[in-house]
Amino acid sequence: MLKVIDSAVPVACWACSVAHNDSTLFCPHCSKIQPPPESDYFQVLGLQRGFQVDLDALEREFHRLSRKVHPDRFARADENERQWSLADTALLNDAYRTLKDPLFRTEYLLKLEGAEIGEEHAGKDRKGQSDPSRVPADLLEEVFELNMQLEEMRMARSTGEIDSVLENGLVLAKKKFESLLAAVDLDLRTEWKAWDTGDAAARKTSEKSMVALLDRRRYLRNLVRDVTETLGA
Amino acid sequence: MAEGRVVGIDLGTTNSLVAYMQGDTPVVIPGVDGSNLVPSVVALDPVAAGGGRPTVTVGNTARKALIETPERAIYSVKRLMGRGLEELENELKLFPFRLAEDMEAGEVPRIRLGEMHFTAPEISAYILRQLKRNAERFFGAPVTQAVITVPAYFNDAQRQATKDAGRMAGLEVLRLVNEPTAAALAYGLDRAKVGTIAVYDLGGGTFDISILKLRDGIFEVQSTNGDTHLGGDDIDNLLLAIALDEIHAEHGVDLRSHPSAVQALRKSAIDAKINLSSQAVARFDIELPNGDRYQREIPREVFEVLIEPVLERTVGPCKQAMADAGITPEQIDEVVLVGGSTRIPAVRRLVDSLFHLGERGKKPHIELNPDEVVALGAAVQADILAGASKTTEEMLLLDVTPLSLGIEALGGTVAKIIQRNSTIPASATEHFTTGVDGQTNVAIHVVQGERELAADCRSLARFDLRNIPPMSAGLPRIEVKFLIDADGILKVTAREQRSGQAAKIEVKPTYGLTDEQVESMILDSFDHAEDDFAKRLLIEARNEAETILTAVERAPRSPAWAQLTGEEQAAIAAARDRLQSVKLGDDAKTIRDATLALDQATRRFAELMMEAAVSSAITGKTMDTADEDLGEAVTAPHPMARAEFK
Repeated sequence: MLKVIDSAVPVACWACSVAHNDSTLFCPHCSKIQPPPESDYFQVLGLQRGFQVDLDALEREFHRLSRKVHPDRFARADENERQWSLADTALLNDAYRTLKDPLFRTEYLLKLEGAEIGEEHAGKDRKGQSDPSRVPADLLEEVFELNMQLEEMRMARSTGEIDSVLENGLVLAKKKFESLLAAVDLDLRTEWKAWDTGDAAARKTSEKSMVALLDRRRYLRNLVRDVTETLGA
Repeated sequence: MAEGRVVGIDLGTTNSLVAYMQGDTPVVIPGVDGSNLVPSVVALDPVAAGGGRPTVTVGNTARKALIETPERAIYSVKRLMGRGLEELENELKLFPFRLAEDMEAGEVPRIRLGEMHFTAPEISAYILRQLKRNAERFFGAPVTQAVITVPAYFNDAQRQATKDAGRMAGLEVLRLVNEPTAAALAYGLDRAKVGTIAVYDLGGGTFDISILKLRDGIFEVQSTNGDTHLGGDDIDNLLLAIALDEIHAEHGVDLRSHPSAVQALRKSAIDAKINLSSQAVARFDIELPNGDRYQREIPREVFEVLIEPVLERTVGPCKQAMADAGITPEQIDEVVLVGGSTRIPAVRRLVDSLFHLGERGKKPHIELNPDEVVALGAAVQADILAGASKTTEEMLLLDVTPLSLGIEALGGTVAKIIQRNSTIPASATEHFTTGVDGQTNVAIHVVQGERELAADCRSLARFDLRNIPPMSAGLPRIEVKFLIDADGILKVTAREQRSGQAAKIEVKPTYGLTDEQVESMILDSFDHAEDDFAKRLLIEARNEAETILTAVERAPRSPAWAQLTGEEQAAIAAARDRLQSVKLGDDAKTIRDATLALDQATRRFAELMMEAAVSSAITGKTMDTADEDLGEAVTAPHPMARAEFK
């Protein structure tokens, strides 16, 4: 988790030693590029914390900052400047990559706000059976049936059989779960708005809903992937 | 030193080029022979009579050696860059690379060239040094900084090997740029453009597809994909295999055991391939050692059926790149074709159908020479890095890493820490701890690739975190920061957080040379001496003049001389007299210009000689007689491509 410190804490510029605000990328005194600030991704890209982001403005700001800090601008600069340009740009790129993607952004902000969420990306979503203990209650029956169908389909495939009834059933199931996924995404958007405009209490409620929605989404996505893989095998 | 020019270099599988920004236009720097392309061929001259280290030649002169002394020449070395011994099997089957006999496991493979051994980066360094010299000759000033292009799909080791080669050649590599991205830069100098571009790059040995978004001078790569072992070489090998099989079956001659005949036949196969891009039929007509003739017509339709499997291999990467960028073919505004193989009509048809071009009334961009466009783009990037230019000050390239970076987790699976197509520089921070009380070392295995199991990915390096303060198991908290820099190369730093100690990391790259090895392979460091630079230029110019004059002197003895018209012979004589009169002057440039003029006057003569060389190699004349036939004159067109000067 990212350490957020008071950005008013002054630090000394490595080049001219004059103290400056930590969140700045360039020393206000000597204009030299500074080490990456201890800012969160929203601060890096000059945004208020929020789930809804103007993507066009985000891209423009990303481009504006890239022009200033990218290593291509420091190819012939001294070692220090090249090092900080590289580190600053890595932070900027990581921030932009996280904030432009709706899911990464949601997870990131939830974590920033202290919510406990499951692991979504970073390779931890290992392939394999979805964890049965996390089956959303309203889907128990359908998931049970789907797993049976998947098993049958795999058996049929391994013996070279073509069972078009089974296949049609799976195609239908896939469609259904895909529409459930779309519904989750809609609900997430509603919660985004609720959080962005709500007070502290509303935000807490919203965060809880989003954590649950993310869990559900992850589960559904794994199901859809399993079906797609079995059908395509 | 004063900051000199930054040049852009395309270090290609088949040909290499060097370019620079002339005002606001990128321009390829020709060699002294006037040719923009330096064939990526390196050869070792026969040992001099007095002994000593043999001379290394590069380019067109070396290409001659491919046929005459194939055991002393090497081409397509780019295929070996950054690859380990166990990965070479396929290459060795298809290409006449000869490994050193005393190779040890884990060593960077060394290739035999005559009586000497070279690693792939060393051979590439000779090519780079030739390009550096061509540029220095052109500017009359030292060149020490360069941008070098690499296939977008090159992995960490292949990139590092390329950087190593630059260092050995005396070049500071300011940036490695992906080839398709460079091509987009060359086309995108017109900064008003906004839109999505796909670059389809099918070169001699590699295939890349990149999708970029252009906005106000920012070139942002969205996704890239490819195959670092797919290209025109594969097509040549298909044609070659057919010819060899047919010659064996129909004439009872197995040319496979004659390396020089195979190389000569290979040249015919390449000619046939090139002809088939503009003609409906190509012909093989070759005299065999037993006096038979191998005559074969290859209609374009047959050729296209033959190469279809090769071209088909580019489809998957293109579809994956579009999926990763989250776009459909209809959303692609422009398609740029790069690489000599995109001249093949069947490739153009494939591209048309992949990106739905024809049906949308669009055509791919082929305005810039597909052999030169990457070098031109490298020159644009060199100009961006040099700063100080109005033309490129608003331009910026944001590229991505082509492959996911992961670490091996329990059970041999891969935990991805940086996803493919992440904009670089990109970083990831991971935390590690110990499993046993008092443990002071933690080993981390870093891999690159998309597969689920570490064993199926490409091993990048094993890191050993050492000197961890002894604590109970699970207590140490070691923070490891992985950073992919703007060249696409991984850097790692580590820190033990509870004790605040910087953990010592020992990096053992799975493939590649150590710093010390690279240092020991740096080619003649005297190249850096600036004070005698002008003197060196003059000496070189005089040597070159002498070489071509000696060659021209002998020319009338060759049978090819008689094939020239009287006018051609008179032009050669005039150029020769001019060079004779200026060669002892002190102006290197005047000598060079006169040398170049003589070289151009002898061009057709040289071609006639080259044809003679090819046919004598196939009919199996001995090297001695071939040498006599050729005389020294075959070097006439490119006497100055020599890499060594005494």
